[in-house]
Amino acid sequence: MSEMTINLKIWRQKSIDDQGGFQTYQLSEVSEHMSFLEMLDVLNEKLIKEDIDPVEFDYDCREGICGSCNMVVNGSAHGPKRLTAVCQLHMRTYNDGDTIVIEPPRAAAFPVIRDLVVDRSALDRIIEVGGYVSVKTGAAPEANLIPVEQEVSNTAFDYATCIGCGACVAACPNSSAALFTGSKVAHLNSLPQGYPERKRRTIAMVDQMAKEGFGDCSNYGECEAVCPVGISISSIAEMRKSYIKAVL
Amino acid sequence: MPTLLQAATSQVGRKVLTGATGIFLVLFIIFHLGGNLAIFGEADAMNRYSLILHNFGPLLWIARIGLLIVFVIHAWIGISIWLRKRTARPQKYEVYSSKGGPSKQSLSSRSMAFTGVVLLIFVVFHINTFALGDTGTVMIDGQEATDIKSLVLETFQNPFYAFGYAFVMLLLGAHLGHGVWSAFISLGLSSKKASAVLYTIGGIAAVVLAIGFLFIPIYIFFGGGCEAALISCE
Repeated sequence: MSEMTINLKIWRQKSIDDQGGFQTYQLSEVSEHMSFLEMLDVLNEKLIKEDIDPVEFDYDCREGICGSCNMVVNGSAHGPKRLTAVCQLHMRTYNDGDTIVIEPPRAAAFPVIRDLVVDRSALDRIIEVGGYVSVKTGAAPEANLIPVEQEVSNTAFDYATCIGCGACVAACPNSSAALFTGSKVAHLNSLPQGYPERKRRTIAMVDQMAKEGFGDCSNYGECEAVCPVGISISSIAEMRKSYIKAVL
Repeated sequence: MPTLLQAATSQVGRKVLTGATGIFLVLFIIFHLGGNLAIFGEADAMNRYSLILHNFGPLLWIARIGLLIVFVIHAWIGISIWLRKRTARPQKYEVYSSKGGPSKQSLSSRSMAFTGVVLLIFVVFHINTFALGDTGTVMIDGQEATDIKSLVLETFQNPFYAFGYAFVMLLLGAHLGHGVWSAFISLGLSSKKASAVLYTIGGIAAVVLAIGFLFIPIYIFFGGGCEAALISCE
């Protein structure tokens, strides 16, 4: 098992009002088998022993499903690997002596709460205004009651895989949330359950996106490149198509 | 339900307008290039083409004003989107890198605001040089026509004009390299499969238009105007 020494340059910020700044740490005996977050765990254990505040970062499942972890590693949301959340990134990606710069996702709509943790509730508010279908709850309905064409179902599912991590916002040069919003709109509008509310949903979600302070989309496509589940930029085109149909 | 104005100024509306005006401008420059290439036609082809356009009279003015409005909308939204970037991300990244793969970040896409502003300034000079320039007159079929061809041939003898013009046309190519594809996406014309095809179409359009436009001044400069093999004068 080969072990490495890694130089870390991490954004430290005590609170939302703190100006923050970078701190550098050297971490030795980093195993190549460690996940990126395990490496940060080891750093934090070391910092706690040295009576220094540990580096705060978001995580939950650590298996690329929940979308809690989202940090910008060497300038790329979720680190260098495509279709990989940062929790699924392993230290074998790096070499002994490498310097890794870790920053929180940066956007006016994502204020930094502490260190690498940002407030992503702006995305929740976009969902609240239309990212749902109005159905009677209760017993699960008969699965085959509403027929859905296989192709439609596949496309909707591709869009539905969004885990809401916000990497698209972090990586977008304009800090746009168009891929996030587009995936939700494209997912729900394409299914018969979501179809009746498509106009109101699209308008409300697009509107909320701007209210939250996200930037305009310039079709850079960086969002698709960093998305850990590979949501296509075509979702943004779908959202625009739905919007045009809704307002005309 | 938003009003049409609210819809047009929403984040989606702004992009739809940018895309639609952009496509209109691309169609215009294709038309414009057709007129430019008339310089390689018969001796009076270019001036005859100019005469036909001028004979439209008030219709030509309606077209000019329409074109100006489209151009202003396109530039205005483009610049405002670019300015809004700073508000949406007040604190920049220490390190920023593109992940590649499906990303369309390139010199072309990152420099849209720069190339756009250069094109905006260029258009002002361009109109001043050619549309408002001092031209002589020639007689075509008994009608007095502006001698735009001689002005073009004369202007591009000047290396500053010839190479300056050619350089801006390279920037036009760069602008279209991202712009054409972006317009398709902005108008909602994309599927997962179509994305790569649209990007290729945009790239080809950019290269063809840039080469088409910059070939003329460079050819005239090196060919020596009326002496050039492909150009016939009276």
